[in-house]
Amino acid sequence: MRKGLHPLVMIALVTAVTLFGRVLPTWTLSLATIAASNALIALGIVVLARTGNVSFGQGLFFAAGGYGVALIANAWGLTDAVAQVIVGAACGGLLGLVIGPLIARYSGIFFGMLTLALSMVFYGALVKSTALGGSDGFNVGRPSLFGMSFTDPREADFMLYAVSVIVTGFAGIAATILFRSEFGLASLAVRENNLRVEYLGLSANRIISINFLIAAIFAGASGAFALMAQRHIDPQFAYWTTSGEFVFVAVLAGNQSVAAVFVASMALELVRSFSNLYLPNTWQLVLGVFLLGVILFLPRGIGSLWIRDRHKRRISATVPLTAERGAAP
Amino acid sequence: MNFFLTIILDGLIQASWLFIVALGLTLVFGVLKILNIAHGSFYALGAYIAATAVTMVAARGLPPSVGFVAMLLSVALIASAVGLLLERGLLKMFYGRNEVVLLLVTYAVFLILEDVTKLIWGVNPIYATQPYELFGNLEFAGLYYVGYDLVLIPISAVVGLAIWFGLNRTVIGKIVLAVIHNEEMSVSMGVRVNRVYAIAFAFGVLLAALAGALTAPKISMQPGLSSDVIILSFAIVVIGGLGSVEGAAVGAILVGLARAASVHLMPQAELFMIYLIMAAVLMFRPEGLFKRETARRI
Repeated sequence: MRKGLHPLVMIALVTAVTLFGRVLPTWTLSLATIAASNALIALGIVVLARTGNVSFGQGLFFAAGGYGVALIANAWGLTDAVAQVIVGAACGGLLGLVIGPLIARYSGIFFGMLTLALSMVFYGALVKSTALGGSDGFNVGRPSLFGMSFTDPREADFMLYAVSVIVTGFAGIAATILFRSEFGLASLAVRENNLRVEYLGLSANRIISINFLIAAIFAGASGAFALMAQRHIDPQFAYWTTSGEFVFVAVLAGNQSVAAVFVASMALELVRSFSNLYLPNTWQLVLGVFLLGVILFLPRGIGSLWIRDRHKRRISATVPLTAERGAAP
Repeated sequence: MNFFLTIILDGLIQASWLFIVALGLTLVFGVLKILNIAHGSFYALGAYIAATAVTMVAARGLPPSVGFVAMLLSVALIASAVGLLLERGLLKMFYGRNEVVLLLVTYAVFLILEDVTKLIWGVNPIYATQPYELFGNLEFAGLYYVGYDLVLIPISAVVGLAIWFGLNRTVIGKIVLAVIHNEEMSVSMGVRVNRVYAIAFAFGVLLAALAGALTAPKISMQPGLSSDVIILSFAIVVIGGLGSVEGAAVGAILVGLARAASVHLMPQAELFMIYLIMAAVLMFRPEGLFKRETARRI
């Protein structure tokens, strides 16, 4: 694989971006927090997409993380931001651990549909559960950090920004290391041809399950950030259009580079807030046209702008049209 | 006894319009191999156009039957035009790409159409109730039903039979089936696949919009309509097997009955039930109930 940045350089970059938050105006700060949180979940989708499977139901783990954190925060008064992220990641991860092996057998459209179906089952259950506030959801308190509570909104925003950028940054570094590892390369091989991977003695199902688990953990942590930023949660977290937006970020980024995910997420948030400002009723329209443009002109995402792949452009048929996966004869 | 009859009739009424939507979705998937997320938007488009047509007719003081015919005609015209335009102008550019990429293209179309309908018809609920009284009220085994609802059942049966007949018993249908089964072979036998694609997509859009028009008098049109419908019709075609007409019928009846049953017995579980059925079918028969297994390419 190509040479990239050294992990230490990346840590320095994350630190620089975190400190940069001190000089950012407040509105950019909350924007960047959301962008970092969305980047985290989109990064999970990219990790999973390297096995050739696109999940249209990451909202499931997003909501699981969010609701898990919110319930624990309200029941036991857990307000620490870092602890909340860990709880969110654990909730998403546990669910991913159960679901991953079950749906690793499916591929292509069926994988996408099944993940979407599961997230909609969760959505349906959440909307009707009066104990969790039904479709209105419920509120949670302001997060604290290591025993400090932040009364100044500017400081609270910066704390959240710092935590989300650092967590997402480290997730990105971990993903880069993963992509370059043997396991990461095996994941790419599953996308190219899962049957041949099985012939080589690796388990394609296991590779997909592990990537799925990673994606679920990222999504759960991202749900915790979204909750802390909004201090409110509702079933919309699990709705399929929410998941669609995360897939959007992943497609925009492409699977060439981790940095591209952050750029794509920030670009989406900027487009969203500017369209909210100037074209209040048409931001989905802008988004749709944007997505079509990316698919048409940058088929491998904005990452392909600065990373040239040594391989020739891959021909379309990377995912076979059949539903059965694995089960080597 | 009456209770079960209520559930069955309510379920069949639900199934009738869901079947027409799902038929369009399954046809488009069969021919173009595209799982069309924007399908729900075409349903919403049909409903909105129908509302406009009905309101315009009513404003001229013409009877509701004229409104009913006008809404079907206007929807048929506009929907097929929109379908042709989209297929020729947009989807054509993405053929040959990965099926997940095509899914995303239709997701983009969904986003765009969502705002276009908001721009044209606004965000407030719109009603078009005039044709709803067209068939009066009917008594059926001691139960009172709105005639319009019951009429939907034979209408959808006729639509389903016509499509089955058209596919299996006419030359055009045979050509479409040939393209579904083997596109390359069809091209080499002289079939103009591009034309089949365009017609099939336009027809799929037409079916979705037709279902929208037929349900328009029953419901209030507002944003969010499309994303709910697409979720239901996805479940139906996945249960029945993507690309199968019989499967769409069985899937629609299953989903319709499940919906009616949970509304009457356990309202909390409505959406939950439908997706549980879909997940269960996918677990045990990933190809859906009505699709033959295909050989795996190595």
